[in-house]
Amino acid sequence: MAATPLRTPARAPNAALAAFLTRYDGLRERLPGPHEPRDAAAEVLREMGWPTPKEEPWHYTNLRPVEAQVFHEAVAETGDGTRLIAHLPAVAGPRLIFVDGRFRGDLSALPPDVTTSTFAEGGASSGFDLLARPKRDRLVALNTMLAEDGAIIDVAEGIDGGFLLLGQLTSGQHRRVASHPRHRLRLRRGASLVLLEVSAGEGEYLHNPVIEIDLAEGAHLTHVRLQQESAEAFHLSTVYVDTAARATYDSFSLSLGAQLGRSEIHARLGGAQAAVHLNAAQIMGGTQLSDFTTVITHDAPNCASRQTVKSVLIGRARAVFQGRIEVARVAQKTDGYQMNQALLLSPDAEINSKPELEIYADDVKCSHGATVGALDPEQLFYLRSRGIAAAEARMILVRAFLTDAFEAVTHEGVRAVLEHAVETWWNTTGRAAEALAS
Amino acid sequence: MPAVAETLDTVRAVTGSTYKWGFETDLEMDIAPKGLSEDTIRLISARKEEPEWLLAWRLKAFAAWKTMAEPHWAKATYPRIDYQDIHYYAAPKKGGGPKSLDEVDPELLRTYEKLGIPLREQALLAGVEPSPDDRLPMAVDAVFDSVSVATTFQETLAKQGVIFCPISEAVREHPDLVREYLGSVVPAGDNFYAALNSAVFTDGSFVYIPKGVKCPMELSTYFRINARNTGQFERTLVIAAEGASVSYLEGCTAPMRDENQLHAAVVELIALDDAKIKYSTVQNWYPGDANGKGGIYNFVTKRGACRGARSRISWTQVETGSAITWKYPSCILQGDGSVGEFYSVAVTNNCQQADTGTKMIHIGRNTNSTIIAKTISAGRSDSTYRGLVRMMPKAQNARNFTQCDSLLIGDQCGAHTVPYIESRNATAKIEHEATTSKIAEDQMFYCRSRGLSQEDAVGLIVNGFCKDVLKELPMEFAVEAQKLLAISLEGSVG
Repeated sequence: MAATPLRTPARAPNAALAAFLTRYDGLRERLPGPHEPRDAAAEVLREMGWPTPKEEPWHYTNLRPVEAQVFHEAVAETGDGTRLIAHLPAVAGPRLIFVDGRFRGDLSALPPDVTTSTFAEGGASSGFDLLARPKRDRLVALNTMLAEDGAIIDVAEGIDGGFLLLGQLTSGQHRRVASHPRHRLRLRRGASLVLLEVSAGEGEYLHNPVIEIDLAEGAHLTHVRLQQESAEAFHLSTVYVDTAARATYDSFSLSLGAQLGRSEIHARLGGAQAAVHLNAAQIMGGTQLSDFTTVITHDAPNCASRQTVKSVLIGRARAVFQGRIEVARVAQKTDGYQMNQALLLSPDAEINSKPELEIYADDVKCSHGATVGALDPEQLFYLRSRGIAAAEARMILVRAFLTDAFEAVTHEGVRAVLEHAVETWWNTTGRAAEALAS
Repeated sequence: MPAVAETLDTVRAVTGSTYKWGFETDLEMDIAPKGLSEDTIRLISARKEEPEWLLAWRLKAFAAWKTMAEPHWAKATYPRIDYQDIHYYAAPKKGGGPKSLDEVDPELLRTYEKLGIPLREQALLAGVEPSPDDRLPMAVDAVFDSVSVATTFQETLAKQGVIFCPISEAVREHPDLVREYLGSVVPAGDNFYAALNSAVFTDGSFVYIPKGVKCPMELSTYFRINARNTGQFERTLVIAAEGASVSYLEGCTAPMRDENQLHAAVVELIALDDAKIKYSTVQNWYPGDANGKGGIYNFVTKRGACRGARSRISWTQVETGSAITWKYPSCILQGDGSVGEFYSVAVTNNCQQADTGTKMIHIGRNTNSTIIAKTISAGRSDSTYRGLVRMMPKAQNARNFTQCDSLLIGDQCGAHTVPYIESRNATAKIEHEATTSKIAEDQMFYCRSRGLSQEDAVGLIVNGFCKDVLKELPMEFAVEAQKLLAISLEGSVG
């Protein structure tokens, strides 16, 4: 008698997913590009549903709060765009603005040295899922099924594309909407670009962007992501990166917003001497949940990956970090380093961290470290004894804690944006939570 | 460096087939028919003359097991196990348990001599004089397939109030203790293999150290799987009452066979206020041949509960054997100020797969845990450290330090680290470090330039790599462990 599998406890039907599948049936003919990948994605979702904590990659993040909701399609061209734009950081330069997942030419300023188009106009027909894995990553399947628009960015060989802002704004003020933008970024041989990607919005909504990034030989992309969604929002984003030889993907993700957020990055080092930096900071308060999940795959020799992830938690906030480094047999001389640190500022905050190494090559140098703790009382005492008020002293120490993660951002304008965002967070959410805690 | 020299001697001594414990003993056996059902469980219970409550407990575990799915989250691949194709009871025939060593089948005693446990000698020495070589005497419980065949020094221990006997005997002689503690750390339905063990366990060791007693000698169990197509499901229960302390050793071997054999043991440790338990394992089950044929599936649940304040449980393991290891000796740090430790060396070679680690669950205040895990992979093997450190909301000022180091020998093996770190207490402090590397060329060059052969140099470096763990082992075991390391890695370089 073989053991019968344990029955999973009944889970309420997934209203959100059911509504999305119905929407797809209605929208199918109007969506851009070929049907096949979308039909296949719908099939995957129908068969497997979306992820539950029973699945290892979702062990710490339960999508149940999302499941209970029904998200609507955003009405085209609401007047909200002009108001929402105020949520973007004050930074000059070219910008591509999306509102509710659709490109808004009227709010954008096209970059001079970079070719841009949209997913809706032509991007979709050149095929999607170049790097994305909708069969494995089912929120990506959701995106593949329903993606309407997105930015298609192409930097030609040897060109320095300079700075570009990608703004994604969602308006959940009137009805609970969902958007699934699909972006694609290609840097040709020796090209470079600094991309600041901002997600923000108002009200209750689901933002489910997918970005595919292809870096040719010697290309260099600085990708800074600022997640500042509204307090009621759900943010579930996935980035896929593939680097050729000597290419560099240098990314920093700062998560501040959303009631439930997960940012997933899959980076593959596909050519020799490529480098990937996946740095991040998650600063959370209230009852927020923020999940930063990364998979770095070393698939070529002599590559390096670096990762520093910091979490600052206050109130009843919870942060998750899952970072896996995979080293294939061919990836000899790999240099992999990962550091994950969490600062718990209140008794009810919680951190779950899972740094993983999966190594199949012998001539490698891989290490990871993780620390979890509170502010050092001795350091606090030192500052207090010099006449600095308690709240101020704590802020100084928190800022110091975040410093080495922020230092990875070398573009000064962009770093100023991040620092300003943290300052604003502290002066609103942080201080309020501090006051409650003390 | 005498230990290293000894290691190298052993390597030289062992040629060809490197598993020297691979003999089979021809004994008359009492074997239950293959298969698992309520009837099998009733038969085991009847053979053991067990009370009704224990049978009921077994049947409940069996009912739970039937609803469970075999876990496959570990990083190991193996063909489906047919749980109906196993003998769940195998015992040397001789009618009734042995009353003394003289009644034990001489063939069996010879087996243990081959294993290097001179039971007879030790029994003779008991109560006479300490061993001539000035080593502390060691009490041994030997478990052969399903039954405990001999326990030494029982009388000496009894004078101090220490109970050290087969668990089947404890069920008869000390039913209240067994009933109170059995399944209190690893409940019958804890996981698939623990449930299976609870349903069919046949023997194992029982240790009770009364209040304030420091156990006068090391206690040890030797496990041996001998019969073909049998599974071994032993159950060990160690209880240290207030202020008591004990050091317990466990060793395991099995014959070489082409088919895989299942070993699903459960070990429960309970430490009350100020008690100390040190549990050391040298696991050397047959690992299968160079092509991965045969070998033991070692699916074991080991857990210790630091129930009392300032109690301490320390796990030390050297894992060199088994085709597949699935084992996570854990500590539940309940008592305020309790301490959990885990020291591990896991070596895999050829086609072995090991997925091992620990769980440290911090519940009480000021609890402290240390994890040192060293993983060595060679050949085409895969080795995974998987561990959990969890700080519960009440674990004020709890501390954990974890260090996991992996060493890769050859480019066909894998080494993996999967730590889970969870903290729900801001005052708790967790530190985790992990590294993966190979033997550095400059280390090799240094040794080679001083005239060491390639293999000697590797032996030296590996022993150095494992030093932090090996020093935690009782002396006799440390020597054996060093030998095993060398043998396990034989043929992996050059």
